[in-house]
Order: sequence, then C-alpha cells, then structure tokens
Amino acid sequence: MTGLEDRKNQRKTTMPFSVKLNRQWLGPVIALLLIIIGNGIISPGFFTIRIVDGHLYGSLVDIVHRGASTVLVAVGMAIVIGTRGIDLSVGSIIAICGAVTAVLIRDTSLSPFVILLIALAAGIVCGLWNGMLVAYLDIQPIIATLILMVAGRGIAQMITGGQIVTFHGPFFEAIGSGYLLGIPWRVIIAAVLIAGLWAVMRKTALGLFVESVGGNARASRLAGIDARGIKVLAYVISGLCSAMAGVIIAADIRGADANNAGLWLELDAILAVVIGGAALMGGRFYLGLTVIGVLIIQALTTGILLSGLPSQYTLIVKAAVVMVVLLVQAPKARDMILRAMQRKKS
Amino acid sequence: MAAMTQSTSAILSVRGVGKVFPGVKALQNVDFDLVPGEIHALLGENGAGKSTLIKVITGVHPRDAGRVIFNGTDIHPQHPGEAQNMGISTVYQEVNLVPTLSVAENLMLERQNLKWGFINWKPTIAAARDALATLGLDIDVERPLGSYSVAIQQLVAIARAVALDARVLILDEPTASLDAEEIKSLFQIMRDLRGRGMGIIFVTHFLDQVYAVTDRITVLRNGQRVGTFVTADLARIDLIGHMLGRELAEVSSHRHHDERGFTGKGNQIQIKNLGRKRMLHPVSLELSGGEIVGLAGLLGSGRTELAELIFGAQKADSGLVFINGEPVMLRSPQHAIRSGFALCPEDRKQDGIVAELSVRENIILALQGRRGWLRPIPGAEQQKIADDMIRALGIATPDREKPVGQLSGGNQQKVILARWLVAKPLFLILDEPTRGIDVGAHADIIKLIKELCDEGLALLVASSELEEIVAFADRVVVMRDREKVSELVGAEITQSRIIEAIAR
Amino acid sequence: MINERYYPLLATLAVCALLYGYGIYEHRAFSDTYVLGNLLTDNAFLIVTAIGMTFVILSGGIDLSVGSMIAFVGVLMAELVGGFGLHPLAAVVIAMIVGTGFGGFMGYLINKFDIQPFIITLAGMFFLRGMCFVINLDSVPISHSFVSDFGSFRIPLPGRGWLSASALVMLAAVIVGIVIAHYTRFGRNVYAIGGDRQSAELLGIPVGRTTVQVYALSGLFSSLAGVVFAFYTASAYPLAAVGVELDAIAAVVIGGTLLTGGMGFVIGTFFGGIIMGVIQTLISFDGSLNSWWTKIMIGALLFGFIVLQRLITRSFSGLRAGAG
Repeated sequence: MTGLEDRKNQRKTTMPFSVKLNRQWLGPVIALLLIIIGNGIISPGFFTIRIVDGHLYGSLVDIVHRGASTVLVAVGMAIVIGTRGIDLSVGSIIAICGAVTAVLIRDTSLSPFVILLIALAAGIVCGLWNGMLVAYLDIQPIIATLILMVAGRGIAQMITGGQIVTFHGPFFEAIGSGYLLGIPWRVIIAAVLIAGLWAVMRKTALGLFVESVGGNARASRLAGIDARGIKVLAYVISGLCSAMAGVIIAADIRGADANNAGLWLELDAILAVVIGGAALMGGRFYLGLTVIGVLIIQALTTGILLSGLPSQYTLIVKAAVVMVVLLVQAPKARDMILRAMQRKKS
Repeated sequence: MAAMTQSTSAILSVRGVGKVFPGVKALQNVDFDLVPGEIHALLGENGAGKSTLIKVITGVHPRDAGRVIFNGTDIHPQHPGEAQNMGISTVYQEVNLVPTLSVAENLMLERQNLKWGFINWKPTIAAARDALATLGLDIDVERPLGSYSVAIQQLVAIARAVALDARVLILDEPTASLDAEEIKSLFQIMRDLRGRGMGIIFVTHFLDQVYAVTDRITVLRNGQRVGTFVTADLARIDLIGHMLGRELAEVSSHRHHDERGFTGKGNQIQIKNLGRKRMLHPVSLELSGGEIVGLAGLLGSGRTELAELIFGAQKADSGLVFINGEPVMLRSPQHAIRSGFALCPEDRKQDGIVAELSVRENIILALQGRRGWLRPIPGAEQQKIADDMIRALGIATPDREKPVGQLSGGNQQKVILARWLVAKPLFLILDEPTRGIDVGAHADIIKLIKELCDEGLALLVASSELEEIVAFADRVVVMRDREKVSELVGAEITQSRIIEAIAR
Repeated sequence: MINERYYPLLATLAVCALLYGYGIYEHRAFSDTYVLGNLLTDNAFLIVTAIGMTFVILSGGIDLSVGSMIAFVGVLMAELVGGFGLHPLAAVVIAMIVGTGFGGFMGYLINKFDIQPFIITLAGMFFLRGMCFVINLDSVPISHSFVSDFGSFRIPLPGRGWLSASALVMLAAVIVGIVIAHYTRFGRNVYAIGGDRQSAELLGIPVGRTTVQVYALSGLFSSLAGVVFAFYTASAYPLAAVGVELDAIAAVVIGGTLLTGGMGFVIGTFFGGIIMGVIQTLISFDGSLNSWWTKIMIGALLFGFIVLQRLITRSFSGLRAGAG
C-alpha cells in the first residue's frame, strides 16, 4: 500500500509552489546524473575537462556543445506543446534559415549581423504561417505543420539551388565553432536565448496564458485572453528558436545542406519535451526540464559512442527511453501499477 | 397516489441503487419501475440524479449498491453497447452517432447484411430505409449523418434503437434542440412505440411535454426518489412541489421586489436591438447597478445566445450596448471585459475552467487577462487573492494549488465566479449558475448572487429554473423562440406569470 | 445533389486528370503506356504503404513507423535469404508476420495505455531503424533466382509499356484494401472510430480490438511494401525509405482522406500516390523545373486538400467544433 499512501499524503499536505516544482525535477535530474555516472564508469576520462588554447575540452563540454542547437529547438517545441500543439516543421525551418544565411553570405555583402537578423526573420515568417493555419483555420497542429515540413525542404533547396552552399566569414565561424572565455559561443547563444525566453514566459503572465490556452482554449478566450494570438505567438517563438538553431548548424559546417540540415531534429525535440515531463496534451510546459531532457538525450548518445557500440544503437536506446518515459507518464499505466501493488499487498 | 401496482410486470426494475462520486452521493437507495407500453417521465432538478440513474442502468457507471433487473434477470452491463445488446437503448441529447458515416451505416453498424463474410450493401441500405420508414422518415440514407439537422439525427438514433429490437428506450432530453413541429412528430413516434409494447423512459425539463405524452412520472431529488405518480392524477403545482422540495424554498425570500424595484441608480447598462441573424431577434434591455434581472425561457429560447452576444463571445450583427450612455465595442470577450462585463458560461467544463491549472491560476485568469501579459500580478498578491476568494466563497479545496479539474462541480462553479469577482466587473452575466450543482452549493450561490447585487453590481441571470428566478430577480425578461416576449416587474414576477408569458 | 463524402475524392480525380492531361499536352511521350507502367512500378511500394496508412488515418491515428518498417523488412529478408539460405518466399512470409506483429504490438500499447499514436509509432520508427543497423550496416544485394525473376516479370501493355510484378502486387493490394475498407465490418468500424470514437464505443463497436487490428494492418501493408521495395531494388539498405512515412501521409491526404479520420477512400489513396508520381515525372520531363518543386507542389496540394476538408467538416452539424 505504500504507493497509494504516498499518493494520498501528497494530496493532503499543502505543497508550496517551489516544493512541487522540485518533485517534478527529481526524476529527470536523477536520470541525467545516472547516465553521466554510467558514462564515467564506461570511460574513465569522461569527467576530465582540460583547457587547450584557452578553450574548454572534454566529454562533458562536448555534450553541452552538441546539445546547443537541439536545445533551442526543444524549448520552442515545449512552448508549442504547452498550447496543446506540435511543430513538425522545425527541421525544415532549420534548413530554410541555414539556406538563407548561406546564400546571403555568398551573394551579398550585407553585414553578418543583418544576415543573422534576416535569417531569424525567415524563421518568424515560417512560424507565422504555422500559427495562422492552427489558430485561424483551426487545422490540427500535427497536420498544419506537416505542410511546411514537406514543402519547407523544397523551399530550402530552391534557395540553395539544390547544392550545398558553403561560405566563410569570421562572424559565422565564431557562432559555429568559436569560444568566448573558453565557452563555446553556440552554448552562450543558446543559454542567453533560453534565459530570455524563460524570463518572458515566467516573469510576465505570458507563460500562464500559454498554459491556460493549452488547457482550455475556449475558456481562456472567454476569460479575456487572446487565445488565437497566443497560439500564433507560440509557433512564432518555435520558428525563431529553430531559425537560430539553423544558423548555428549552418555556421558549424560552414555551409547549408538543404536536404540534411536539422533532419529528425523535430523528433529529438519532442522527445526532450516528453522526457522533461510535459504532457503532449498541453496545459503545462517546463523550459528547464526540457533542457535537462536534451542533455539526457545527448549524454545517452555520447555514452553509446563511448561504450564502443555502433552509433546506430542510439536509435534503439532512444526508442526504449521514449517508451519508458511514456509508460511512466501515462495515467492509465500508473493506475495499473498502483492496482498491481495494491493486490500484491493484500 | 403512488402507482407501484404494476411492478410485477415490469420490464425494467431498479432496486435500492446507490452511487457515490467523490464528495457527492449521486444516488441513494433509488427504486424505479418501467412497465412495457408506458412512457415514464424521469424528472428532477439539475443534479437530482436523473442522468446518473440512466448511466447506472446503461452501464456507463458501475453502481455501488442495489440491483437492476431487466426482463426478470439481474443485469450488470459494463458499457452501453452491452446494455444495447440486451435491449436497452439510449438516445442522448448530444446525438451519439458518427457524423462522418452515412445515415444507413449509422443504423446498420455491426448489423450489416453479410454474404460470405462480406457486406452486402443493397439489402443493408434497404434495411436502413425500412427502419426509418417505420418512423415516417424519408431521407437519403447514403448521405453523411452530419449533413442533417440535429432533429433528424435524433430520429435516426431512435430508429436505430427501434431497429435493434429494444424493449426499453431511454430518451435523455431529446427535445432540447427540436422545434415545435419536430417535437410533435417525436411524440407521435413515442406513442407508436408505446403501442408496440416498448417501455420508454423520457427525461426532460419541460413540464408541458411531460403532461402531453407521459403516463407516469418518477421524481428524483437530491439523489433520492421522491415518488412515482400517475401523470393524469398529479397536478402541476404538486409536481413542482415534489421537484423543488424544501431546500430552495428557504432561500426564496421575496424581499427584492418588495423593497426595491428598478432604482435607476448606479451604472446604467443599455442594450439596444442586439441581435444576430438566425440566432437572436434584436433584443433591447436596460439594467442598473444593484439590480438583478432574470432571463427566463426554455432551453433554446435564446437566453444563452443573448448572454453570448452581450459578452462578445459571438459577434452581433445588429444593435449596440451602452454603459452610462457611452457605446461599448463588442468585438470579442476581451473588449467586453475591458468595459467591465463578465460572463459565467453555462458549460462549465468546456467554457469555464482550465482543468490542469490550479485554483489560484484559474481565479486570477480574468484579472490577469484584463491587465495584459506585461503586467503580471505578483506571486504574493496572487496567493492573497486566491486565499481570500477561497474563504469568501467557501470553496472546498485543500489548498490553492490544487488543479481545478479535481474539485467537485459546485466548487468549480465557485472558482469561476471568483475569477469574475476578482476582475471587479460592473455587469455580471450568469448563465445557469446553479446547473449540476449539489443543493448546498446551490443555496450558497444564490445567496452570493444576492450579496453581489447589494454591493451595486448589475446582474443578468439566465436560468431554466423559474423558481430560482422568482426567488431573486427584480425584473424578469422572458424569452421564447429566440425573441424577447415579455418583461415582468415587481409583483408581476410569479412562476405562473412567467409560464404564461412563455406559453402565450 | 452529389453526396458530400465524394467531394475530396472528386477533387483528387480532378487534380490527377489535370496533371496527367497537362503532361500529355506538354510532352507527347506522356501519353505512352510506358509512362503509366513506370508510374505504377516506381510508386508501387509507396502506394502499398499508403493503403495501410489510409486505414490508420481513417481510424483517427497515424503511423510514423512505416518508412523504417520498409527498410527493416528489406534488411531482415536479406539476412534470411543471404545468411540463413531461406527461399525468398519463406522470407517474405516471416517478414510479413514480424511486420504485422510489430504493428499490432504498437496498436496494443496505444490502446492499452491510451498514449497518442503519434508518439508510440515514433518510438517504433526509431526502434525499427535501429534494428536495421543491428542486423546490417551496409547495403547488401539480395541475390536469388526468384528475386531476379520477380524483377524481370512483365505483362506488356498496348504501346511501349508494361506492368511489372511490383505494379501487379500493388494493384492487388489496392483491391484488397478496397474490399477490407468497404465490404467488411472491420473496415466500417474503422470509419466509425475515426468519425467519433466515443459514439463508436456507445454504439457497441469493439474500439480496442479494432485499434489493435488497424495498426497490425498497417504493419502488414508496410511490410508488404518492404518486400516489394526489396525485390524491386534487389537489395537491402538500412537507410532505405527514409521519410516515406511523410510521402505516405501526403498520398493519403491528397487522396482525399480526412486527416482527422472517418472519411475517405482507399481508391483515393491510390490516385493520391499516382498524383505524387505524376508530379515527379512531370518535373523530370521538364528540364527547366528542378527537383525541389516536387516537394513544394506536394506541400501546396496538401494545403489545398486540408483547407478543403476543413470547409467540409465545418458544415457538419454533428461534429464537435474546435476552439475559437
């Protein structure tokens, strides 16, 4: 009966906001720590962080470094999922924005900063398109964003002319692989953007509005919240985040690959949000936990590489992780486990 | 008076059935008998236990106590499909058929004519046509069900029940969305079915219909059976007495119309020719602060529509609203809220609560919406507002962080009320504020309505319960067929006057 | 008045006729049966996959694992034929049993734990793709006389064209799909569940069992598609058919099936697949258009059909309206 009693006790004790949040954090954080410790056991050099040429090096840094683009996409996705939506087009937006960046660098003499702004604007336009379909045409999100998912890669290929467009330039090379005070620029960019997003969501009432629209859009509208506007905004944010990720990915390889840039990233992003404990049915989103989710995925990937298994096993491990997380989250599964435990005890 | 004499020949008997939901005893020791060839009305206020009883009979909810005996044997259906196979069919107010399938398929699902294991469409469709013909319905059965009106969909649902050789047919508020002609033909069909020996349970809000078509009446109140009566022997006034019981009588002091009428003080709200094609004929109405205007009328008379037009939830295509002589924009709820309007909607689950959010977040939602996203209410203030409201309205919740979806219906209603009180409106519209609420909360909410009025709020309260309106309204606007038909003031406000106005 | 259920199908047929007509008008070679034969052969595995997807979408779900399934079946068969020396037909039977079983298992999870199909089949997609790599990392040929016979089998058509074995299998699959969808109770129950799950339950339809069967059926069709693909290419490659799930969904939608479920036709999916093939062929015929136009045009068609569906469902009085 312990499980049941635990649950009852949870309900009885009045829980202040912060404590409740901590409980949410417990699972994902422990999972991350376990994976990192596991990696350490497999590969003794895992925890070493060296400084070479004033840059941080090491497996742990690597995890953060590689996760930077995914985490951007994932937090955008978390907000969209918070409104009871989903954005399948993030991979295509990455390809489009990477293509815009590469072609502008190659064909114009605009300042890199302006090019960055144009690329981000392209992402916002993509988000607006998705948002309009979802909010104003009432098309289900999975379907609405499928359109851009399919057409987006074509648009990206059209922009690049079907080739991989390569470029050079100190500004974008810095974004892709530069360091500031030993920390990779891309990590700094991601951290700043996510911190900004967090502040906008949690220090204003926007986060509440997003969650309320995700929980019940009709009721939110009747409570005086512009439900459609909030939905559009969520997709715009997702578009913006993906655009930034697209620029980072393009800058990393110093080129735009319309076919492969950001391929399957939407799946990693959704996975991260789910691992972060958000229900796909909307109503709640957790930016911090989403970041942890991305780190878990990245640490797992790194761990598989270190263990000497072929990297392709990552896919199976990811599948297993999704399944476990889903089953733990599913209310039906929880009830079943509780009932089974009850039967055992009695 | 009680007519239990035929119980031995009953096709369906309910004995001592009980059902408890968290916090509410929905049914207690209820007995009920249905004999073949009768139309039996199941009546009661909202929340009396009618729909729970039906759900227990049809297996939607498992019962906690008692027996259900059908055709002489105890039954325990696990879901409505099983009850249907036994011969108990139910037609719900929201038609439970598949709108994307054709009419024929809806009628013949799982019963299609098979030839070597494959569906033989010709006889299947012919059988569907025949099933409808028995109800005198001649429509193209190959078109999708969803392309027909709700009335026809309902008849199709009944035809399905009949075609399934149902011995017992349960009609759960089938007339809510039908017009007078459609109701007439529905009654004819019900009488035909009765003639063929079917037992029909008829749930409705409309007493006229009860007297028009039923043979016996069982009244439920507060989860208990008040009694079973022969319709012809029961005077309407007695029936109402049975339905309302004492609880409500206690709160219905008539002080409002004695002490005050339309005072003309406080904020003046003027509604001029507000209407929308095919939804509401233009309505004009005036209210002032400290006044309660009741909005009476049957379901579908245009009450909810008027409330939604005033609030901007639906766009009006004619008319204007003025506050103290100033015209107000009515483009969206947002605009209405900014002008100091508030609406507690009829459908709490769909239009009211955000189930996943906490009590606190639900309470501050409208206030925060009014302030905009850039000016968040500080956390400490949010907690104080929520705690104050939980105390003031007596919301039964362990703490303010509990998700609203886990509270009982009455408490959810109070949370929504709290949401609007916090937003400090000058004009509050309550659409069926006591629907589906247990008696305790019911009295609380009526008391609250009166207090709000005393504080100078202008209130427009739509309700299908005349007794309730008579109890608190200073003036009553009567709606019928999407039109304002009468306005009663002071001593004119009696149930019979309202009924007269509706019936006229 | 035409039954509104046929509107999307009519739109599909109109688009197909328009595109084909344009092809014939612009390029004389287009009218040759050679083009038709190639269309049927080249898109055979896609259409077979899309038929299974049609059932899933009709039931209101989605199956993202089909692309990986195609690759997995290929790799598995290559291993069975090459590694264990089984006859290809035996390998086909085993592969299709595994595919059907895996689909059914996903359906079981979806039904039992009430988790969105989208995420379960996403996990299935990862898992199957991973299993491909576990079995085999490289592209391997499937060499057996049966496979080469399959590849060279042809029924000549009038003109220069022919029907390949792939095309025949696909056409047979279309017919089987139509029969299941329109002439079995299971098929009609799928429509009912997709139209309104709650009502279907109240009407006494075995919703749980049907859901499991739908995903098993999708597994069956996608593994058959894997067989066709493997025989067609006479090889197995773990990275084969990446993104086919999207093409299959697109074919279903362009074929006029309501993405929310409950309305649509298997024959529509066939034409949807053909439309996608025609677009590709048109673009390869036209030197001035580039390959990316395929994706953009398919995206535009998706948009058009989704908006059309929206308009039809909005006019329905019984459908529960969305927010706003």
